[in-house]
Amino acid sequence: MALDDRKSEFTFVGTRPNRPDGLDKVTGRAKFGADMSAPGMLHGAILRSPHAHARIVKIDTSKAEAHKDVKAVVTRADFADVPFKPGLEGEFWNVLENVMAGEKALYDGHAVAAVAATSALAARDALKLIEVEYEVLPHVTDVDKAMASDAPVIREGAADYSVPEGMHPNVVRYHESGHGDVEAGFAEADLVIEDSFVTEATHQGYIEPHACLGMLGNDGKGELWCTTQGHWIAQKTCAALLGIETSQLRVTASEIGGGFGGKTTVFIEPVALALSRKANRPVKLVMTRSEVFRATGPTSSASMDIKIGMKKDGTISAAQGVFRLQGGAFPGAPGDMTAMCAFAPYNLTNVKQVGYDVMANRPKQAAYRAPGAPMGAFAVESVIDELCKKLDLDPVDVRLKNAAYEGTKASYGPRYERIGLVETLEAAKAHPHYSAPLKPGQGRGISCGFWFNHGGETSVSLSLSEDGSAQLMVGTPDIGGSRASMALMAAEVLGIPYENIRVTIADTATLGYNDVSHGSRVTYASGLATIKAANHAVEKLCERAAASWGIPTDAVKWENGCAVPSGPNAGDFDPRPLADITAHMGSTGGPISGHFEATPEGAGVSFGTHIVDAEVDPETGKTAITRYTVVQDAGKAIHPTYVEGQYQGGAAQGIGWALNEEYIYGEDGRLQNSIFLDYRIPVASDLPMIDTVIVEVPNPGHPFGVRGVGETGIVPPLAAIANAVSHAAGVRMRQLPMSPPRILAALKDNG
Amino acid sequence: MSKFHVSTTVNGDSVEYLCDPRETLLDCLRDKLNLTGAKEGCGTGDCGACSVSVDGRLVCSCLMLGVEADGKQIETVEGIADGDVLHPLQQKFIEHAALQCGICTPGILVAAKSLLEKNPNPTEEETRYWLAGNLCRCTGYDKIIRAVMETAEELREAS
Repeated sequence: MALDDRKSEFTFVGTRPNRPDGLDKVTGRAKFGADMSAPGMLHGAILRSPHAHARIVKIDTSKAEAHKDVKAVVTRADFADVPFKPGLEGEFWNVLENVMAGEKALYDGHAVAAVAATSALAARDALKLIEVEYEVLPHVTDVDKAMASDAPVIREGAADYSVPEGMHPNVVRYHESGHGDVEAGFAEADLVIEDSFVTEATHQGYIEPHACLGMLGNDGKGELWCTTQGHWIAQKTCAALLGIETSQLRVTASEIGGGFGGKTTVFIEPVALALSRKANRPVKLVMTRSEVFRATGPTSSASMDIKIGMKKDGTISAAQGVFRLQGGAFPGAPGDMTAMCAFAPYNLTNVKQVGYDVMANRPKQAAYRAPGAPMGAFAVESVIDELCKKLDLDPVDVRLKNAAYEGTKASYGPRYERIGLVETLEAAKAHPHYSAPLKPGQGRGISCGFWFNHGGETSVSLSLSEDGSAQLMVGTPDIGGSRASMALMAAEVLGIPYENIRVTIADTATLGYNDVSHGSRVTYASGLATIKAANHAVEKLCERAAASWGIPTDAVKWENGCAVPSGPNAGDFDPRPLADITAHMGSTGGPISGHFEATPEGAGVSFGTHIVDAEVDPETGKTAITRYTVVQDAGKAIHPTYVEGQYQGGAAQGIGWALNEEYIYGEDGRLQNSIFLDYRIPVASDLPMIDTVIVEVPNPGHPFGVRGVGETGIVPPLAAIANAVSHAAGVRMRQLPMSPPRILAALKDNG
Repeated sequence: MSKFHVSTTVNGDSVEYLCDPRETLLDCLRDKLNLTGAKEGCGTGDCGACSVSVDGRLVCSCLMLGVEADGKQIETVEGIADGDVLHPLQQKFIEHAALQCGICTPGILVAAKSLLEKNPNPTEEETRYWLAGNLCRCTGYDKIIRAVMETAEELREAS
């Protein structure tokens, strides 16, 4: 994609105006998923399996259907498999199977039936009238046990071509990559460390449960309001699962109360639509917190083996990793991503990585902020830290010595374009935090982290109003202030005030397809699209000015919000401001708008370096994070305050993952901690202020240099905190979370 | 099950509703009075997104029954601003980007207002512990704590 509109001097970009949706969000006016109602609306509720693995012998819904307040009951038979759209396959089939169980319940919490009734209470009461006969089957929830030869088979035939022969059917995808000769590299090393690491599944933990309001008529036309990171994928998936045409379902994204990757697919939306079709009335479905934990995507749990060889001067001579990721009862665990990201920060001659995607009787994993990367970084950066300690080397210097830079062949294959890892390490080293003295009982850890970032299909439309204001329609739900960034970028191109631009998240009927708000793509891709759409409008503005002056269009340029004559033969005309041109657009050729529809490919990979101080209480095993600094390359920070917010939020989620959060399963395969009291995410009193340093090494693939910033921030924390805790406790921590009992056990084992 | 008739005051307005004895105050605010500012994040009193003030006391409205509101003075996020003039906390939250997705914001604003009414000069630690019942998953709390403490400072200077 030609980037002839590249800029490095900015008027609006880099400032910190108030977000356009601020007033709505502080007054309670903003409408989130559960805040919408419709005339005649029914309330839905979902019956879920209490078993981790069970054959569904029979479902009797007759008593529920006879309940006076119940208007519809649905089971798997009401979805698309055969009657409406035969041959549903691939990920659509997986999603359907997850949305409503077929022959088997595959995890504790798997949906088996749903009702719609005149009130939420009546719907919940009616669930108790549905009789399900189960034949309980053996289950497995642990990744290593799920790969063992005697493990119960979740589903035969789920593996794809990549899996080597002889593996258990629960291994469904295999990844191997790297370059060089790792055995030769290990032979050159002065010290080789080989170690194994485990991380538990964690949940994205968005505070807003999944919620939707669906209406689907027998004419195959429908409306869906839902909290989602991507309403086009919701549209496409719901249409497939219900056997209707995609375009006949209009989906509107509500304000979204957090997603972090967990709202990139559908769970209750097709169920609400199926209930609505049967009842012929709108149906609202809202998950309870317990349903969110039991039945929506946590991240994968992981078991990993790392081997790294280092020379006395700190050079890594070879690195090798095996990453086994458990992704629930469906294919999709990001074993490949973990493998590809694990060694990506380093310029390695010899590297090899292997990833496994393993099924178990748990909920279908969903993306969680840089999916797969944090676990791998935890394992790899822990071993690098141990090597530094044993060889008495400074951990930042060692990382600088091995750091990837422009032209480095990445561990996962391609050569890097301009990247900013070295700059983040140098900024970390220069930061006062890195040289601040530690108190007794404290330890300091550092880690680097990498994430690919993503472009994705993107459509944007910008239209100008007669008074010179602009309406910008984007299709990526705004989760963390992106409307402000879009308005800043549009203002930069158009040269009109930020406040004069109204940014709307358009519904699926009013804009072309947009990929999900994921992959740290919004400020990059919708931003690039906004810039291109604004430039498209500017071209038309220049044409109108040129026509009014009677000179060629190429003799007009756009400067500070005005068309001005340019070049020696352009003539002498007064600049025409945008509002002057739009005031007459009706009589000079009609409406002026700009568009962009494409798939930007230059997302630009992203790196960060974190510094953490931790203090471990040897009596209780409790860890306090006493100081935290995030250094990350943003390419160009469009709205620096919200960039800082992404850094801080990623660090906080990493702290929770490292110290507290985990899915705990009983012997019966049931999730034991499905409320926030027992699944404890960090609260305000758990955390220190989180310092941030925004490094700006422009991304060559974006006109203003933007790199996505949302995900990289959660990659380094697990390792950085584990390194800090290991130094504070005097013992290497190899399993997350480092909860007080685990730390006490480690201290005890260490004598 | 027969319903109960409840008369109460919400943000200064006299209101009435019929509720099932199993329905929470949060259900009644949202579903019967269309005050959807208070959010249900957990339904178990752990996340604080449903925080409201009842007779001046900070409560999780998901842990209180709708029938218990009879005769009480309820204040929700919808009542924090004075007409079109935002409360200093609301203004400061916008200026500081003390929200990202904004789902926890109503509860945090109600809780923070309650803190400043009781303690106009909270330390960082006091602020963090007071807000420990309000989960935020986006911000890491940094900008929230700063916004509350700066508001407190400005309110002290103004009084």
